[in-house]
Amino acid sequence: MKLNFEQHQQLQALYNDYARTLDDGPLVDWPNLFTEDSLYLVIPRDNYDQGLPMAIMRCESRGMLEDRVHAVQHTIMHEPRYLRHQITNIAATLNADGTISCGANYSVIEVVEGELPKILSAGRYIDLVSAPADGQLRFVEKKVIYDSVLVPNTIVYPL
Amino acid sequence: MNKPDLRDEFTWPAGGVTEIPYRIYTDPQIFEQEMARIFCGDSWAYVGLEVEIPNPGDYLVTVIGNQSVVITRDQEGEIQGFVNRCAHRGVKVCRNRTGNTRFFVCPYHQWSYDAHGKLRGVPFINGVNKLGGMPEDFDRADHNLPSLSIATRGGVIFASFAEDLGSLSDYLGETNRYYFDRVFDGRDLVVLGYSRQLIPGNWKLMFENIKDPYHASLLHVFLVSFGLFRADQKSQVRMDETGRHGLLISRKGEQKATDSTKDIANLREDFSLADPRLLDPVKEFPDDATVVMQTIWPNLIVQQQSNTLALRQIRPTKTAAFELHWTFFGYADDDEEMTRRRLRQGNLMSPAGLVSADDSEVIKLAQDGINQDPHGKGVILMGGRGLEDEEHMVTEVAIRAFYNHYRKVMGL
Repeated sequence: MKLNFEQHQQLQALYNDYARTLDDGPLVDWPNLFTEDSLYLVIPRDNYDQGLPMAIMRCESRGMLEDRVHAVQHTIMHEPRYLRHQITNIAATLNADGTISCGANYSVIEVVEGELPKILSAGRYIDLVSAPADGQLRFVEKKVIYDSVLVPNTIVYPL
Repeated sequence: MNKPDLRDEFTWPAGGVTEIPYRIYTDPQIFEQEMARIFCGDSWAYVGLEVEIPNPGDYLVTVIGNQSVVITRDQEGEIQGFVNRCAHRGVKVCRNRTGNTRFFVCPYHQWSYDAHGKLRGVPFINGVNKLGGMPEDFDRADHNLPSLSIATRGGVIFASFAEDLGSLSDYLGETNRYYFDRVFDGRDLVVLGYSRQLIPGNWKLMFENIKDPYHASLLHVFLVSFGLFRADQKSQVRMDETGRHGLLISRKGEQKATDSTKDIANLREDFSLADPRLLDPVKEFPDDATVVMQTIWPNLIVQQQSNTLALRQIRPTKTAAFELHWTFFGYADDDEEMTRRRLRQGNLMSPAGLVSADDSEVIKLAQDGINQDPHGKGVILMGGRGLEDEEHMVTEVAIRAFYNHYRKVMGL
């Protein structure tokens, strides 16, 4: 089923919040866009195409997303950097159980402080979204499948 | 000792292997000589796993040093290897990463090669309508692609440009053979997936990093905080007779502040995981080592960090960059729980690894600094000046041993 106008606006708002929390923060708000038992995967395209399960980030709960955020902020040694997510071509279907199967193209521009901007990653999202009781849409599942399989050095922040 | 074939004069600093000249990370002439002598010389380079090419006709394309090579399984089931460069005009004859074929056909003029790299077909070899064609004395046998020697052990494939290198077993030496066989113990392997990154640093910085337990107990706050790798743990640094291969062996400790952690500026003793399933290691090898990082000259790191098993292949691209190709694997007899554990712990080790990201970031910073002072030098004195195995990790001995061998091979 197609989404109605309001549902589509809510979904767009979810993607906007997703990009904003990663790009401008606060990063600790980012896990709240996921359900408690959500699955978040960042997978190189060749693994995905071959059905190989290995992901470079694998969070099997909101807790693991929080652990990733904590590591980005406090334990991983990395140069200061800024991200800009571009999320486009959102396509969505409303499922019979009220969840939304959706996907989008994304690219992430990264500026490491003092360096020229570069495209850190480009690919697509394959997502499942639900609307819990509080009305806020949340990701139940988010697969980030990146075409840019040769990573320019390091991916520190979630994509 | 070998002599270098550099055009410019080079003198290694007086401190020998305790002083590493920055020029070896920045000089294109040295890089060129490394590719020839180290990667395309007397070495067994890691090229893939047997399970990646199980059937006749299967192939994979990989790199030794900066040379693209094709590894095939021929119709008799034997593994072969040849240089991925058409004898005619230098075009890559194989553009896919993997596949299955009987013939490799160059896209340019369709010269075709078999699984041994032997030239089998040349279009218009006798001309068209009696016009053109190759000269009378043209012999296909003169234009086969350079072939590689192949050796396998425990399902892992190595290749060499050298024809008479001797056995892989002797090459590894007793200690490194033992630890290699510990992971590649004959069980069938299962590939869990791959990842790749382009690290803007010299390829040797990657080996130095893995041979250096001194940094691991300081830089890696995540590892240290959870007691996964700490300076006070029972550990060993071991090499082979030549010093070219190395082993860091360690046992897990507790999450607590100790004498060894008081020098760590950013130890986070209070750090606890919101979801502890991220770190849920189980013992799976007969001994009690929880970390074994093995470096095998010239291009391989075998990683056992808790239950993540990975091969990291080093592919130098220029003085200041290399690709790191990760192959994550488990065993065919792993149960579902073990596979999930390997996948979860994979969060620590990848281009986005909670631990390994520290390394790729710091390698970039090291190269940035070295580029600014190409006639300078680094100091490798931790643990003294020796080259012998050590029973602790407050040492850079494996880096010294590596450079001791490097200098002989390079004549520097």
